[in-house]
Amino acid sequence: MEILDEKELKAKKRTKYILIAVSVIFIVFLLVLPLISIVVNSLKKGLDFYFSALSTEYVLSSLGVTLLATVIAVIVNTIFGVIAAWLLTKFTFRGQHVLSTLIDIPFSISPVIAGLAFIMTFGSLGWASGIIDSINNALGTNIRIVFAIPGVVLATIFVTFPFVSREIVPVLNSVGRDEEEAAALMGAKGFTIFRRVTFPHIKWALLYGVILCTARALGEFGAVSALSKTRGKTFTLPLEIDALYMSGSADSITAAFAASSLLVVIALIVLVLRNILEFGVLNKKKKKGKDR
Amino acid sequence: MALKRRAKQVRVIPGFRLTLGITIALLSLLILIPLASVLVYSFQLSPAEFWKLITAKNVLTAFGTSIVCSVIAALINAVFGLILAWVLVKYDFPGKRILDGLIELPFALPTAVAGITLSKMYSNTGFPGSFFSSIGIDVSYTHIGIVLALIFIGIPFTVRAVQPVLEKIDDQYEEAAYILGSSRTRTFWKVIFPELFPALLTGFGLALARGIGEYGSVIYISGNSAKNGTQVVSYVIMQKLERMDYASATAIALVLLIISFALLFVINIIQIRRAKRISLR
Repeated sequence: MEILDEKELKAKKRTKYILIAVSVIFIVFLLVLPLISIVVNSLKKGLDFYFSALSTEYVLSSLGVTLLATVIAVIVNTIFGVIAAWLLTKFTFRGQHVLSTLIDIPFSISPVIAGLAFIMTFGSLGWASGIIDSINNALGTNIRIVFAIPGVVLATIFVTFPFVSREIVPVLNSVGRDEEEAAALMGAKGFTIFRRVTFPHIKWALLYGVILCTARALGEFGAVSALSKTRGKTFTLPLEIDALYMSGSADSITAAFAASSLLVVIALIVLVLRNILEFGVLNKKKKKGKDR
Repeated sequence: MALKRRAKQVRVIPGFRLTLGITIALLSLLILIPLASVLVYSFQLSPAEFWKLITAKNVLTAFGTSIVCSVIAALINAVFGLILAWVLVKYDFPGKRILDGLIELPFALPTAVAGITLSKMYSNTGFPGSFFSSIGIDVSYTHIGIVLALIFIGIPFTVRAVQPVLEKIDDQYEEAAYILGSSRTRTFWKVIFPELFPALLTGFGLALARGIGEYGSVIYISGNSAKNGTQVVSYVIMQKLERMDYASATAIALVLLIISFALLFVINIIQIRRAKRISLR
C-alpha cells in the first residue's frame, strides 16, 4: 500500500477512527447499557432483597418448569438436529431445498403464532382435543396439553426446533461426503460411520448448537405465554419476570430484575462459550493449513 | 450436472430412508401439523367474515405499526450492520473481540428481559430516558420505543449476514480500483458495495421478518395503547387469545404467517441467486 500518498493515508486513518467510534458508541448504548441497567436495577434494594426475591415460591417453581422444558427441548432438538443434518448433507434428493426451508420455519414466524398453533390443535376447539379426551377416558388419566406443562414443553421445542441442525449443516456441507462414502464402501455400518467419521467433524458445532438451543429455550416468552396461565404452576421464569414487572410496585419490579439477572448470567456464559468455541475452531483450521 | 445425477442414483452412505422418515415425522408432528391447524381453523371462516376481522380498525393500525416500525428498524440496522461488519473485518483495535462477541447478545438474552430493561431505561425516570424527555423526546410508550426495541433484536442479523461476505472479498479489488485512479469513496460504492448488497439485503430481510412478528422485547416499551396506535400485531393476537376470540386471532395470525412466508421466500431466492453467482466464478 505504499502507493497511497500522505493525504490519502490521513483520510483513511480518519475514516477508520470515525467508524470505530460510531460502532463502539452504538454497541455501548444499544447492548452494554441494558446489561448494566439490569444489574443496577436488580441490586437497588440490597443483596438481602436480591436473594429473598430469588427464593420466593413462585420464582423457584418457575425455575423448575423452565429447566424441565429446556431439558426436554434440548434432547428432542439435538436428536432431530443431528438426524436432519445428516439427511440434508449426506444425500441428494428431490425436495431437499423445501425440506430445509420448512425446518427453518420457527425462525421466521412470530412466537405468538407458535402458541396459537398448539391452542388450535389441542385446545377445546382443536381437532386433537377429542383424541386427548378419548385417551384420558380409556386410561383414566387426566392429561392436558394446553395451559399445562406439556403445552409449555411443546412450545419450547417449537421455537428452538432448527437451532442444532442449523449449526451442523454448514459444517457438514464444507466437509463433504468422501470420508463417509469411503467408510461405507469399506463396509462400516451407519452408526459406526456417524460415530467414527462424522461426529469428530461436528462435535464443536453440535456443542454450540446445544448451547444456543438451551439459551433460547430458557428465555422463550411469547409462545409459552400463550399456553401457560397459572402462576406458580405452569409459569416459566420469563413469565414470572413478566408477572413481577407488570404488578408494578417498586419491590416487585426490583424482583423482576433480580430474576432477570439470572438469565443475563446465562446469556453472558453463552456468549463467552461461543467465542471460545469459535476461537478453538479457527485455531485448528490455521494449524491444518500450516501442516499442508 | 451429469455428476449430480450419478450421485442421485448411487447412495453409498446408509441411513437415507431412516433419517428421512424421522425428520419428516418430527417436523410434521411438532411444526407442520400444529401450524396447519391454524390454517384449517381460519378456512372455516367465510371470506366476508375473514375480511371483516382483519380490516377492523385496531387490527389494521397494528399491522401498520408493526410493518412501518420494522422497516425503519431494519433500515437503521442495515446501515449500522454494514458499519459494524466493516469495522470488525477491516480494522484492528483493542477490544475488538469483545465488540464482536457482544453482537450476538440479543440472540442470547431472553426477549422479555430485554423488553423490561429497555422500557425502564427509556422511561422518563431512567437513564438515558430522562435525558431524552428533557429535550422533549419520549421514547418509552411511543413508536420510537418500538423501533428501538426492534433495532436491539435485529442488529445481529445484518452484521452476521454481511461479515462473512466482506471477509471473502479480496483486498486486491480495492487496490486495483485505487491504482486505476478511483477514489476511495468511489471504490467502495462501485466495487465493494455491489458485492455486499445481496448479503445486506438478506440481513435486512431477516431483521424485518423477525421484527414484524416480535413480541417479548416490544410489548413493554410500546405501552400497547390502541389510541396512540402503539399495539403491534403479536400483541393484538395475544389480546384476542386472552378474550377467547379465536376467530380473530387465527385470521390475524394467518395474514402474519403469509407475510413471514413471503419474506422467507424472497430471502431464499436472493441466497440461491448469490450461491449461483459465486459458483459461476
